[in-house]
Amino acid sequence: MVAFPHKHLLAIEGMHPPEITDLLDLAESYVLLNRSGKTQRDLLRGRTLINLFFEDSTRTRTSFELAGKRLGADVINMAVSTSSVNKGETLLDTASTLNAMNTDLLVIRHGQSGAPALLAQKVSAAVINAGDGTHEHPTQALLDALTIRRRKGRIEGLVVAICGDVLHSRVARSNIHLLLTLNARVRVIGPPTLIPAEAARLGVEVHHDMRSGLAGADVVMMLRLQRERMTGGQVPSAREFFRFYGLDEAKLAHAAPDAMVMHPGPMNRGVEIASSVADDPIRSVIGEQVEMGVACRMAVLDVLARRLPRNR
Amino acid sequence: MTDLLITNARLLDPATGLDAQGALLVRDGRILDHGQNLGRPDGVAVLDAGGACLAPGLVDLRASLGEPGAEHRETIATAALAAAAGGITTLCAVAEHPLDDPALVEFLARRGDATGSLTILPYAAATRGGAGRELAEYGLLREAGAIGFSDGMTAIADARTMRLALSYARAFGAFIAQAPQEPSLSAGGAATEGERATRMGLPGIPAAAEAILVARDIALVRLTGGHVHVCNVSTAAALALIRAAKDEGLAVTADTAPPYFDLNETAIGDYRTYAKLSPPLRAEADRQAVVAALADGTIDAIASDHQPRDADDKRLPFAQAAAGGAGLATLLAVTLAQVHGGKLSMLAALGLMTDRPAKLLGIAAGSLARGAPADLLLFDPESAWQVTAGKMPGKAQNTPFDGRPVEGRVIATFKSGRRVFG
Repeated sequence: MVAFPHKHLLAIEGMHPPEITDLLDLAESYVLLNRSGKTQRDLLRGRTLINLFFEDSTRTRTSFELAGKRLGADVINMAVSTSSVNKGETLLDTASTLNAMNTDLLVIRHGQSGAPALLAQKVSAAVINAGDGTHEHPTQALLDALTIRRRKGRIEGLVVAICGDVLHSRVARSNIHLLLTLNARVRVIGPPTLIPAEAARLGVEVHHDMRSGLAGADVVMMLRLQRERMTGGQVPSAREFFRFYGLDEAKLAHAAPDAMVMHPGPMNRGVEIASSVADDPIRSVIGEQVEMGVACRMAVLDVLARRLPRNR
Repeated sequence: MTDLLITNARLLDPATGLDAQGALLVRDGRILDHGQNLGRPDGVAVLDAGGACLAPGLVDLRASLGEPGAEHRETIATAALAAAAGGITTLCAVAEHPLDDPALVEFLARRGDATGSLTILPYAAATRGGAGRELAEYGLLREAGAIGFSDGMTAIADARTMRLALSYARAFGAFIAQAPQEPSLSAGGAATEGERATRMGLPGIPAAAEAILVARDIALVRLTGGHVHVCNVSTAAALALIRAAKDEGLAVTADTAPPYFDLNETAIGDYRTYAKLSPPLRAEADRQAVVAALADGTIDAIASDHQPRDADDKRLPFAQAAAGGAGLATLLAVTLAQVHGGKLSMLAALGLMTDRPAKLLGIAAGSLARGAPADLLLFDPESAWQVTAGKMPGKAQNTPFDGRPVEGRVIATFKSGRRVFG
């Protein structure tokens, strides 16, 4: 593979197809490595990886932590509680602290869109966006793509339906960009109040009816409905949402017979997805997504670390 | 001694349509005469303009000042420096916190006079504390020198309060200046709703938030006979409403600011917080509508919409960063781009920053009339420079035009005949 041409991983938008497929290929090799029980602890030996999480997260933080440790990095978790810190000044103060610590790799999750990009301007470390506001969550899109590719053998030409709260979803945005870059057909499905303005301009088909949106879909990607959205009035109730946009057996029957079901987690069972679908051992790949997450994050850390100066 | 003869100038007076080579004679701080064949009275200093343009000093219909209340962003002294460098000699000031006390209005006007280079005409609060509920004391505030009434960046949300404001202000011949963003639709927004905001994951403000409030206020003008002045018009839909209201003969006036005819929403790419403004930068079609409305007279004035912000306000994630851009030093040059681009005549462009806002305000400024104060602007319309944040005159450096090459340089600014810049 050719060298990864970016210092940071801030967004999928703007990435070229070979950059993505190279990352997926590398991640694929890490899947095998992880399953074999071997490690490659010399790759990031002596490197410091800091997980800087301004929003609560168990899954993503743990996944990055495991990825870093499997490659031999010194991993430090900095959970910055949202109650004590939600001012941007602190973000840049944090940047100078991290510079002083000679951080090599910085994984950041922040509630504000663009916060990792702002931090990337101020730190010497390679910055990995682990989710920023309603902007992007690039490693989630990579792990989703790897999961799809392993199951379907390809991404090009597949019909992927992304369902639910697209408006507030960084997962949806990153997936839309990645899947379109690799020539999938992408549909978004949700009530008009949860579809972002001019979504069609991103290159997706917009549906407000699960039946038409799921018709013939190869991949059904559910999104988490943030509970607070209902108090914002965008959806009148959880039961109404589940009735019309929750994925159950009946709605899934409209998708292709071999459609796979995905969810970035954590799930609201009975709100956006029925347990019978989520736990379907054949169609649901929700567990596999987690495994692919570690492999993809190893691949990302690997390519970014190769661009770091050898000695600090 | 403020007597001065400026020769070899291109005299531009939008009030009369004058555009001719000639000289201009200043005596005792006032314009004594101008024309092609002015003699030189004994003892009068001469300035050879070298063919540069001589126009009335600019009348900035709306600018925010850091003082009083936010001197860390800008003081009146630093704002006056930037204004003089931008050719502005009269500035209508919106305070950081709406002024609802006549003493504060008098204070701000006096502080302007103390600069010696800038007349400051304060807007007073439209409602007590700018809270949008009870009317401020329009009569007392007007006596103290309030040029108009405005709650600044915040629109008066309540229709009944706005009705009362428009109605009551009539008694004092004053207008209500409204920043037209329907508050419930714009709350929490950071960018114009649309493809760009969607891609960037930013909370959107629909363009319709502007038209909705403008439509309501026009209806209230029809009801009350009052005068609404719409600030920072930025959308085609609002402009169409204003155009129709003017055709109907209603007392509806409007201004815009250079970002809304020079930039569009793409300027916020990469989360550039210096381009975060209120209202947010719009789609290209709206920008073009603003250009058209400058040319057809729908827009009465170009204001600087100067809003000083410091690094702590701007070096934040985009949605958390403060809105507002510095605008005093770039008002002329960015507006001249419309002249160079063939969209506006030189006189029309200058008129939007001199004679027309002066007439709207009912003040003796913004013209080369004999006997008028010798507030003058000497500029070279072709001289090129680059706008650079960090190198702007004054304290506020938060220019949304950072990096933009412009043509049009202020050579000198005169206040009551005294050279205050250049």
